[in-house]
Amino acid sequence: MIKSKNLVETLKEHAFLAGFRPAHIDRLAAMAHEVHFERDQVIFREGDESSFFYLILSGKVALEVTALGKTLRVQTLREGEELGWSSAMETSSKHFQARALTVVRALAFDGARLREACEQECAFGYALMRRLLSVVASRLQAFRLQLLDMYSPEGPKTS
Amino acid sequence: MSALTLAPPDVMIPVAARLATVDKETHDTFTLTLAANSREQELPAFAPGQFSMLYVFATGELPISISGDPAERGKLVYTVRSVGKVTHALVTSRPGESIGVRGPFGTAWPLKESYGRDVLIVAGGIGLAPLRPAILHVLRHRGDYGRLIVLYGARSPQDLLFRKQLSAWNYVPDTLIINTVDYGGLSWRGNVGVVTTLFRHVRLQPARTTAMVCGPEIMMRYVVRELLARGLSDEDIHLSMERNMKCAVGFCGHCQLGPYFVCKDGPIFTYGKLKRWMDRYEL
Ligand SMILES: Cc1cc2nc3c(=O)[nH]c(=O)nc-3n(C[C@H](O)[C@H](O)[C@H](O)COP(=O)(O)OP(=O)(O)OC[C@H]3O[C@@H](n4cnc5c(N)ncnc54)[C@H](O)[C@@H]3O)c2cc1C
Ligand code: FES
Repeated sequence: MIKSKNLVETLKEHAFLAGFRPAHIDRLAAMAHEVHFERDQVIFREGDESSFFYLILSGKVALEVTALGKTLRVQTLREGEELGWSSAMETSSKHFQARALTVVRALAFDGARLREACEQECAFGYALMRRLLSVVASRLQAFRLQLLDMYSPEGPKTS
Repeated sequence: MSALTLAPPDVMIPVAARLATVDKETHDTFTLTLAANSREQELPAFAPGQFSMLYVFATGELPISISGDPAERGKLVYTVRSVGKVTHALVTSRPGESIGVRGPFGTAWPLKESYGRDVLIVAGGIGLAPLRPAILHVLRHRGDYGRLIVLYGARSPQDLLFRKQLSAWNYVPDTLIINTVDYGGLSWRGNVGVVTTLFRHVRLQPARTTAMVCGPEIMMRYVVRELLARGLSDEDIHLSMERNMKCAVGFCGHCQLGPYFVCKDGPIFTYGKLKRWMDRYEL
């Protein structure tokens, strides 16, 4: 387990929080707890009420979608990335299933507490939301490219 | 741009070479090795990034990049994805049959210019084939270059080319190979996501990095954005372009891209040269 002093250092070094103010790191550290997932463990399922937001410290996580009885991996996330952004934004159900592909170490944050902290201190909330928005924007861009199916023998889908 | 004139006949006449081997890479992609037809015949040397015009008798001719090791003389290696009439005829040809070859043609990857620098290769789909000779060259002259980073994306795990070679290259010092697929099934434990998502996993030193990129144009556009955002200059980004070709020597005008003929001025261009025209065509 990471000691609370080391927790601050760990958060400072996490790529998602690069440039975060020390006071905001302290705020996050007070809410964080370390979690581990075994290889192949499902972290959350599609449709689960979202509750935790995670910062991945090591290991690899796959986001999966099940359609027509088939499960497809649509994205993998690794150390330095975040998982479960929707829980930090609102109470909603998960859009994907997340599965640990290796042993995964992460810091978990309760979504309700995070949202409360954002309401209490707007500067903290703004800093967090800015980072989340940039993650969501780059994932959206990546999904758009995936949908284009650029390597298809027919060429990218344009209509 | 010069006025169109007739091409000299010798560069227009294919030389018959013997198809030595056809190796299946994926469900639709095959690697073909051409060898000399006789003891007297000498197959030409090539520079990484160059292409040949391959002619299948009674079917047609098309441009295919050379995908083999430039240091290995006496054979020409091509990796072909069957997408239509001529590529299908090529990959279903049998060892022993004759294939017409013209070339090699076109510009090369900037390997001499990259001495002492980090080489970043970004490939998508069949785009790894024209880059393989550059990778093999860097590996053969490992001490002449800084880090070698290969970021490679394919549609699915079944579409990844040269898988064994890719994993073997990862053991070479100062070499990092990362693959990803757009979609993976449950048995795939590697990365999933478009090739641009791999940039998060590498730290580039922009002032000393030369990027060589090949893949669908839409992919290259997004890769260029990532490279520029990480501080690479227009002149350090090199892209391989595809256009329909006929003569391959700058005479017919089929492959025109803005003021350039892709066959003669390319297929490899710096982004600095292309940026005005990439945005205008298809992108
Ligand atoms: C410089 C250069 C280097 C090339 N190197 C290689 C190589 O190393 N390996 C290789 O497999 N191909 C390569 N190509 C592409 C190859 O030349 C084309 O795929 C080929 O011309 C298609 O001819 P075809 O008669 O088989 O298909 P066609 O009958 O002309 O086309 C059949 C279908 O395939 C689609 N199609 C055609 N070309 C492409 C393409 N490039 N990508 C996706 N769909 C396509 C068409 O839109 C059509 O729907 C290169 C092209 C250039 C210009
Ligand atoms: S193919 Fe004829 S000019 Fe390029």
